[in-house]
Amino acid sequence: MDVTGLSLTTITLFLPMVGLAILLFMNGETQKANLKWVAFATSVVTFVASVLMWINFDPSSAGLQMVQRNTWAEVSLGESVINISYFVGVDGISMLLVLLTTFIMPISILGSFGSHIFEERGREKLYYIFLMLLEWSMIGVFVVHDLIIFYVFWEITLVPMYFLIGIWGSEERIYAAVKFFLYTMAGSILMLIAILYVGNRSGTFSTYSAGGDIGVIERVQAWEGEGTYWDAVGPEGEQEGFLLNSVESWLFLGFLVAFAIKVPIFPFHSWLPDAHVQAPTAGSVILAGVLLKMGTYGIVRFNLNLFPEATVAWAPTIAFLGVVGIIYGAWVSYAQDNVKKLVAYSSVSHLGFVVVGIFALNAQGLQGATLQMVNHGISTGGLFLIVGMLYERWHTKEMADYGGVWKVMPLFGAISLVISLSSMGLPGLNGFIGEFTILLGSLGSEYLGFAFTLFATLGVIMAAVYLLKMFQHVFMGELKRPLSSEEGYQLTWSEKAAFIPIIIMIFWMGIQPIVFFNMLDVSVDSIVALFVR
Amino acid sequence: MFESPTIAEFLAQSNLASTLPATLLLAWTLILVLVDLFAGEDRAHWTPVMAGVGLGISFVANLFVYSPAESEQIALYGMFIADAFTGFLNMVILVATLIAVLMSWDYLNRADIHRGEYYILALISSAGAMFMVAANDLIVIFVALELLSIPLYILAAFRSIRNDGSELSLKSEESGMKYFILGAFSSAFLVFGAALVYGATGTTNLPQIFSLVGGIVGGTSAAAFYLLIGAALLVVGLGFKVAVVPFHMWTPDVYEGAPTPVTAFMSVTAKVGGFAALLRVLVSGLSALVLVEGGAAAWQTTATIIAILTLVLGNFVAISQRNLKRMLAYSSIAHAGYIMVAVAAAGTANAIDAATQSALVYMMAYMFTNLGAFAVVMAIEREDGSGGNIDDITGLAKSRPLMAMAMAVFMLSLTGIPLTAGFVGKFMIFASALQAGLFGLAVIGVLTSVVSAFYYVRVVVNMYLREGAVDLQPALETPYVRWAINIALAGTIIFGVFYPLATNLVGMVSIA
Repeated sequence: MDVTGLSLTTITLFLPMVGLAILLFMNGETQKANLKWVAFATSVVTFVASVLMWINFDPSSAGLQMVQRNTWAEVSLGESVINISYFVGVDGISMLLVLLTTFIMPISILGSFGSHIFEERGREKLYYIFLMLLEWSMIGVFVVHDLIIFYVFWEITLVPMYFLIGIWGSEERIYAAVKFFLYTMAGSILMLIAILYVGNRSGTFSTYSAGGDIGVIERVQAWEGEGTYWDAVGPEGEQEGFLLNSVESWLFLGFLVAFAIKVPIFPFHSWLPDAHVQAPTAGSVILAGVLLKMGTYGIVRFNLNLFPEATVAWAPTIAFLGVVGIIYGAWVSYAQDNVKKLVAYSSVSHLGFVVVGIFALNAQGLQGATLQMVNHGISTGGLFLIVGMLYERWHTKEMADYGGVWKVMPLFGAISLVISLSSMGLPGLNGFIGEFTILLGSLGSEYLGFAFTLFATLGVIMAAVYLLKMFQHVFMGELKRPLSSEEGYQLTWSEKAAFIPIIIMIFWMGIQPIVFFNMLDVSVDSIVALFVR
Repeated sequence: MFESPTIAEFLAQSNLASTLPATLLLAWTLILVLVDLFAGEDRAHWTPVMAGVGLGISFVANLFVYSPAESEQIALYGMFIADAFTGFLNMVILVATLIAVLMSWDYLNRADIHRGEYYILALISSAGAMFMVAANDLIVIFVALELLSIPLYILAAFRSIRNDGSELSLKSEESGMKYFILGAFSSAFLVFGAALVYGATGTTNLPQIFSLVGGIVGGTSAAAFYLLIGAALLVVGLGFKVAVVPFHMWTPDVYEGAPTPVTAFMSVTAKVGGFAALLRVLVSGLSALVLVEGGAAAWQTTATIIAILTLVLGNFVAISQRNLKRMLAYSSIAHAGYIMVAVAAAGTANAIDAATQSALVYMMAYMFTNLGAFAVVMAIEREDGSGGNIDDITGLAKSRPLMAMAMAVFMLSLTGIPLTAGFVGKFMIFASALQAGLFGLAVIGVLTSVVSAFYYVRVVVNMYLREGAVDLQPALETPYVRWAINIALAGTIIFGVFYPLATNLVGMVSIA
């Protein structure tokens, strides 16, 4: 059965495509000055639509909201016919990440307003078209609840990002773009096999139940009642513990590898520094701000919900990799001379926290992890904007070349300090809330031990070390390379405008996190219910 | 012996109407021979135009004869079968031929090798492929295969000599010769296989073979042995035609040497015909060849091994190719491997329909995408056949943005990225492999897709990410090549975005 009628989710999802269509019919040469405005206006309208969704969102109700479901195609497999459906809707977690996406997009477009890359590389029209395509596919990933359509959106995000890095990136851009493409595709294509198996076994590709049709999650719970689980040969419950070579375990890994590469979880992170360093500023901001969250979101949405048994079995291992990521990322980050690489590796460290939080498998852990996804998007997105603006002025990414920037750019220095402090988790700012809740969750987790919390906490201290090192080298001391003109020290209006929403969010989420926790409460509880022993 | 029927009886019993798409095309081609003969130099363009009209007539006839909902019709005393399978593949073949004809006019004139016979040979070959997808009898498969192949041998060597008599390309001559010798060789395997199957069962008719196989395998006679050998030889013979490993050696040389439109044409039609016959023989004829009670067909293991070898070799060797035509040749070997995955899946009884349908969708997706890619390669190729290297495509996005965009879409489709036809095909193939329980094969299939991404993406890298200039032939400005690319692009995107279109078209296909 279908739940038809145009939902607000659909409207938000397809608004970027409207912008893309307009851009497509514009002349890239004669209307060059208007291109960025069309893209910016589209992203702002999309943001407004997502805020409307937020206003309509009822945080107290469980399940998906603003749902739309239409049958799209039928796949016949043997005697059974499986529907693929256009199935969108949001719960608290999706809602928050959609808001993050639509929030980051206008900022990153503003960030590329005054950019010099177009003077060198041109093709502005294509650039904004790819940004619109990227926004569409990213929102799609967060709102779609049909596995096949999810896979479609998931893979589509690769294409615009590949071109963004490859055409408008720095010197090593081709290497980075190809590595990014191949690495992430290798991970996600195994997920396709797992998805097909899930559909074949459960008779549906919809994860949630809607309009009378039973989704995969509900089926998994029914199997649990029968004691059969994924293997269909059951009763697994009577076996001695969970088998690591069972079907469920392989399916879990099939999904996990795709997500782990995207996050990236140590040791799948090697594409990230290359992609981040080479990408243009907007690309880095979106990559850090949103794309990485697709991985952690996927783990929460699919791995935890569809394979609860395997999740429990694998939780300590993956949380361990998360902790390794925290320490390793921080350590490598400290060793960098390249400021953009430093921020890139800090992502590995910060995302490690999210992974630990997820696999604590309790309410605090998951809420903290989801909040930390948003926090990291905002503060690391902000850090990449800072790096981008520094590069626009000094054309170097080496920390040794900087110094004393605060003296000539006091406002910029203050903003950078706030964002750095937010990234290292200073109490009162947003980063603290996420990390603290995650640590609380890991401490109270039935599945993780005290050691996880201990080593993860080390990461918080190390974050302070490498971020303060960066701040000291770049902003303190004597100005090493004065610019030729004083005007260079001024922030343009678009640069200032890009920072305002970031600063507001940093303080808002730090001071009043309850607003965001409320959104997550019910959604997270329904997942955690799977893991209560 | 049977009595020969009178003509009236023949017409009444043979159900000729259902063969119309193929026979009309053949008859039209024969008229075309005369037209071309008398048209003269200044009306040389009549032949391609009329060839296009003939393809259109056949397409319309095909729409009338085959409605997907209708059950199968048998014609020509059981030798010819008209079902949804035939109707769908007829459309694929006709569209492929049309695109190839559009590509050819320009190319032939540019290289000064334009002769009307070219189109006639292409149409005969295409009619042969149409007979092949409808063949319900080993003899018809053989005859249709020859009808398909012999014109291709000549076409492959079409670039050897210019119209003014001067030598143009030794490679083309080599290509035709090589293709002919290996083609003849493979036909021998096919005939020998057919003979052994006939020896074992006493018939060449596929449904009759099917009904007899169960009893032969269950019994103790030597016939089961002949049947197995015969089936193996049939796979070898058809394996040559579709170029699966280890019967692929001829492909790169032949594809590189042949005129580009011919390469494009034969990389699609010969494969479609070959795989159709392979599916008919193995599924309609020999799916009861089950040696273990309740197990899969005996040829499934063979098909699986061939599929794995083809996927691995095709994709890995394509990486090291610098010439685009050779790269596409190896990539076409790899794509034969994906279709072979579907053939292997058809060995499991409950996956037969899903596997057949997925093979059909894949062939259609491959047809649009591959022809489009070849059309772009042809457009950048220089008169003397050079300029088809991967470096020659550098900077195409600046000089020809639309063409580069189309090529990028084709490359993404060949990789299997969503929203392109290639993804739909791969998705269905892997789904059917899982349905058949061939997990390992499906995993190898997706992993080799990642390998293929490496060399397809390199083309995109060169077009978009590197700076450079392509000096294009002015002849390219004719609209025909652009039309060929546009049709291929439209097919790739429409069938990729509107997924249900493809599944509805093949929804009724069942050849078991």
